[in-house]
Amino acid sequence: MSRIAEYRQVAPQGTVDIIERLAERVRGRRFLHVSGGRLGGPAEVLRATVPILGDLGIDARWEITGGDPAYYATVRALQAALEGGERVLTEDGLARYLAMNRVNAKKLDLDADLVLAHDVPPASLVDARAGGRWIWRCHFDCSEAQPGAWTFFRPLVERFDAAVFSLPQYAHRLGVPAYVLHPSIDPLSDKNRDLAPREMQAVLAALRVPQDKPLLLQVGSFTRGHDPLGVVNAYRIVKTHHDVRLVLAGTAEDDSESLEILANLREAAQQDRDITVLELPVGAHVQINALQRAATIVLQKSVHEGFDLGPAEAMWKGRPVIGGATAGITQQILHDVTGYIVRSVEGAAFRVRHLLNNREQIPRMGAAGREHARRAFLITRHLLDYLALMVHLAP
Amino acid sequence: MRTAANPFVFTGCVELRQALDAHALDERELLDRLREVPIGAVFFHTHGYFLRHRPFMTAWGNDFARWAAVEVRDQVLAERLAVVDPFALETLEALREELVTIVDRHLRGLGAVVRLPFARGFHFQQSQLVEVPLGPRATTLREFRDGLAAVDASAIYLHMVDARARRGRGSGDFAEWLRTSLGLAELADRIGRIDAYLTTLERVRGRLLNLVDGALEEEGE
Repeated sequence: MSRIAEYRQVAPQGTVDIIERLAERVRGRRFLHVSGGRLGGPAEVLRATVPILGDLGIDARWEITGGDPAYYATVRALQAALEGGERVLTEDGLARYLAMNRVNAKKLDLDADLVLAHDVPPASLVDARAGGRWIWRCHFDCSEAQPGAWTFFRPLVERFDAAVFSLPQYAHRLGVPAYVLHPSIDPLSDKNRDLAPREMQAVLAALRVPQDKPLLLQVGSFTRGHDPLGVVNAYRIVKTHHDVRLVLAGTAEDDSESLEILANLREAAQQDRDITVLELPVGAHVQINALQRAATIVLQKSVHEGFDLGPAEAMWKGRPVIGGATAGITQQILHDVTGYIVRSVEGAAFRVRHLLNNREQIPRMGAAGREHARRAFLITRHLLDYLALMVHLAP
Repeated sequence: MRTAANPFVFTGCVELRQALDAHALDERELLDRLREVPIGAVFFHTHGYFLRHRPFMTAWGNDFARWAAVEVRDQVLAERLAVVDPFALETLEALREELVTIVDRHLRGLGAVVRLPFARGFHFQQSQLVEVPLGPRATTLREFRDGLAAVDASAIYLHMVDARARRGRGSGDFAEWLRTSLGLAELADRIGRIDAYLTTLERVRGRLLNLVDGALEEEGE
């Protein structure tokens, strides 16, 4: 059975038919993705979509760029500077980035009808383009890029035929068309697939998360951007009225700020047995899945810009989501329909209390969230976008 | 049963969105940008709203009203913009003029305007609809009914909304075909009067099916 057929049971009615019809129009065309690695959110989507596109008769491939430590250091610094951070970019480092990609261009098969280069690592491969249409896929917000970094990078981007951003406000002014494609989640992956009750209980038991009281959950790195300390403070306000449990699940970065936040969270958990801090390894997908399904209310109180798909994942599991007012989150949560957008600790606490005091709203919002995620944030929609791009740009 | 010589081909669509280098960080800039953006952007943020908010009641009716309510928190402007029925205006330029007039009048009664950070501004977009002919072809009213019930909701949008607003087919593709190919003028008139404003594509589909079922009953089907 073709992999796309498995999505008929989860995608909106008629979507798989449209995918198949669109694929017929570009059957046999060569569609190449190039990225800097096989980890991270964009890679999760590619891991699912590339084989499906192959099943649909498209010659879909995924290549990875490689390099030495100096190349990776420059890539990280350049991306951080394009995201608006202060970084020192040296001429030697930038020259190394260009030189390594000239080597990559010789090693990789870049011959395709449509090439999608993801983020910074493969961007300068565009200098080696021989044919086909080339698109730069930017997964981050580059609207506030550092001027020096943008001066270096902009000429590269303008050698592409188009760029694709996750939101219109993430785009920088460009001389090529800028398309908008939201990221997506794979409903059949370990992170989002249905879990049998027994499997879910086993995972929660292994994580030592009891289900004896309403569970508030935030999944996200222990960084200022995800504001886990703000979530603890919101929980404390709620706790004076409701006997609830808070789980903060995520990963810690190795910078001093993140380590300090983690230390504060651990201290809070030591003082209150109803707070659980779970440091999860990269790839703990089933654990996150089980936690989201066990949650009564999911929080995503991020304060940084970025298209974090946590709300879409939680909505897919039928959970109401209370999220911070960042562009990516406001795009996912329909305020007062699938959850609430909040701008403060007090706002988060108020909305949690409101839902706990009006519990009939929880399943109603959860059901609306699942339908919203089904329409707007599944990879079936992403496949439609990719195929529409192919039909439009490389017919 | 009447049989059409030209079958109706149900066609779905995928919206390929394009960001424009046009942004408004306050209501005055919204007015300026509204006057100058390509007309496709006006279509995208008004009629296109119904394609993107399929499963839910379209609370604000268009992106401009939603932005005024949610980001600017100017409920008065939001309400004034929300009542603009894009289906009631004959051309997209008339729709643009209506929106411009509302914002202009509103600004005259306003002192200072609220300035927003870039991330919360209004970011204009337009779209290209990639059309996708779907499986069922109808030559009879029964086949039309069966196809209508099964197709992706984007086909309802393309034939009922896009056909009226962008392709100048005042009563939409369904009514046009029923009138010219099946000679069902009365049913076509009823379908042409369906109000697609402030509802969902699934509810429009439901109303269409009700009307077609009624016609089938009258024909003894």
